[in-house]
Amino acid sequence: MANAATTLDLGAQRSATIFAKVRRKAWGGFAVLAVVFLYLAYTWNAFDVSGLLAKAEPDRALILGTDSVAHKVHVVKSLRSGELEIAIEGERTSRYDTPPPWVALPDDERVLVDLGEDHTAEIIGNRVLFTVPGYGTIEAEATADGVETRLPGPQPEWARVNPRKLDARPTLGKRVQISRSKIEVHRYFFGWENFFFPFNSPLSQMSFGELTDLAFSSERLDPDTSNAGYIFDTFWSNPDWQHGAVFVALLETILMAVLGTFTAAFVGLPLAFLAASNFTPSQVLRFFVRRVFDFLRGIDMLIWSLIFIRAFGLGPLTGALAIAFTDTGTLGKLFSEALENIDNKQVEGVRSTGANRLQRYRFGVIPQILPIFVSQGLYYLESNTRSATVIGALGAGGIGLLLVETMRTARDWENTLYIIVLVVILVMIMDSASSWLRRKLIAGREDRRTRAAEASAP
Amino acid sequence: MSVAALQEEILHLEKRRRLYTGVMILVTAAVIIAGYGQANSMNSGGFISGLSKFFDYPGEIVIEAWQSGGEFFLLLVKFLPALIETLNIALVATILGGAAAMMMAFLSTRGLDVWPWAIPIVRRSMDFMRAFPELIIALFLIFVLGTSPVPAMIAVAFHTAGALGKLFSEVNENIDRKPIEGLKACGANWLQRLRYAVVPQVAPNYMSYFLLRLEINVRASAILGFVGAGGIGSELRRTIGWGKGAGDETAALFVLLFLSIVVIDQLSSYLRRQLVGSEARH
Repeated sequence: MANAATTLDLGAQRSATIFAKVRRKAWGGFAVLAVVFLYLAYTWNAFDVSGLLAKAEPDRALILGTDSVAHKVHVVKSLRSGELEIAIEGERTSRYDTPPPWVALPDDERVLVDLGEDHTAEIIGNRVLFTVPGYGTIEAEATADGVETRLPGPQPEWARVNPRKLDARPTLGKRVQISRSKIEVHRYFFGWENFFFPFNSPLSQMSFGELTDLAFSSERLDPDTSNAGYIFDTFWSNPDWQHGAVFVALLETILMAVLGTFTAAFVGLPLAFLAASNFTPSQVLRFFVRRVFDFLRGIDMLIWSLIFIRAFGLGPLTGALAIAFTDTGTLGKLFSEALENIDNKQVEGVRSTGANRLQRYRFGVIPQILPIFVSQGLYYLESNTRSATVIGALGAGGIGLLLVETMRTARDWENTLYIIVLVVILVMIMDSASSWLRRKLIAGREDRRTRAAEASAP
Repeated sequence: MSVAALQEEILHLEKRRRLYTGVMILVTAAVIIAGYGQANSMNSGGFISGLSKFFDYPGEIVIEAWQSGGEFFLLLVKFLPALIETLNIALVATILGGAAAMMMAFLSTRGLDVWPWAIPIVRRSMDFMRAFPELIIALFLIFVLGTSPVPAMIAVAFHTAGALGKLFSEVNENIDRKPIEGLKACGANWLQRLRYAVVPQVAPNYMSYFLLRLEINVRASAILGFVGAGGIGSELRRTIGWGKGAGDETAALFVLLFLSIVVIDQLSSYLRRQLVGSEARH
């Protein structure tokens, strides 16, 4: 009886300690959460998020969004020379010789612009009448020393009026500006203008059917080349979109990623043998090679790129070497760990047949680490495509630099969106190509170690 | 089939396999050699001329750093806030991205079936988030929000959510279901089952992936700083832009970045080894 009571006692005691432990752990979980929230609150302050939100310009994002999928046609009347110019994005190269159907010229003095949705702008001499449905007609006149504006009602939010300028933009796609020197009317249209052919090319107004007919007709537009070649050249050298230059930049980025990853993998593998304890008995050598790996990784792609840009200038070689140096460290370390984890039985089996050292490596070791080698390499190839765009943006060239430059000039957001779309497509293609190859090459051999490869790839 | 014929067949297959392997190695070698030739011709500075200049720049900044003497340590202290900003970007991005990843992993785990119809959608969006280039998000947000650490943080967090989400959902799928059933038998409710049967199984793996990501994100935040997101990267851009004379500052930034990456690298691999034992050895 006494025995049973002790057992019961002991049981109660044990369960009490267990409960206490569980409770302690539960509180520990809450404490961690509290620390995380405190930290987030601190960074909210450190990053000055509230100040940033107050200063943020969502309008800018909206304008940028509109501008990247639409193009605008400028109708500009210079008040000094009295000349009227209608051009896409105000570019000299894309000026309309005959006005488009929504611009009417009843006589020399008047220009009638239909802005769509019942908005109209009428230019009469140095006056402009801007009719906005639901508001009325704004009248503005350029005088010798400024702009005189008469509003039909209280000043709306979408108009900026001052003695020198009127800027009215009732919707994103319609804008009228007048200053002492010119009257400017913008109308936005959806779509990318002149994407295929430049505005002044004879090809720009043709439909797809006409183009195919032209490509196969024997009458040459340009006596020096075939029509198909001429069409391609016109497209390739389109000055607004620069398809040729963009393609070369994409190629540079791919070159950086592919060369960098391949080099890193093929330099890292032999070095990994030197860093693995079961292949290199010399502790000094092992230590040395491992520190080399740590050094290459620790310098990081950012610093390597900056050094290589200084030495080799702009171009794919620079990017490829920056990637190769960093990833030789990373892949070398991963491969050496894979080599240390191999199954020794297979090597012993090969040895028992009388194989020499090289044959043991070839038939005993390589087959074991090949899946890891391939999957790691492919994971890094995919992530290095993204890294190559970033390195490019640092100044190594390629599509990354092109992207930063078009963004910085901020002239035409369509070009930026075009490059963004191309970069995303490139990365997605590399992503699916890498996973397709991985499935093909190491089908059924994917295990914990190859999956671990994925976690470490940036 | 006789043994001899079988042997013939095997040898034949083996020969063909070796031929394929040989061809593949040759093609790879050809791609590398041709690629380097192409890259060299596209580069503005050639390989040979660059090689002789390779040590010029590192040499220059090392000499300037050496000449600044004891002031070099003051520079290290001076740039410490920039380093902390970069580390903050990385840590916040990893925390927020990790939290989003947990949500998405939870929704996309087969066998848990919170909303079965959502699984493919969540999986595809995680793939998309992982593959979408951080640079683009960062540049776009820098344009809208101005120069600040927040754009880099959001960009890195977005990528992290996709990358970790995929790994977390794999962890979820590989758990042992017996503890869940055991608790169910005791009458534990859904939340208790999650807390006492699922969380203890997945937490070490989650933590290990989290640390690995943190290490990657420190590098990413430094590099995004260079394109205008603040932290140590933008300091680097400033000192490099000055050219000659600021070599000691550049060297100080390089040293800080190198040291912090090495420390975080070692710390994270040590912690990961503690968390999941030998399994954490990637």
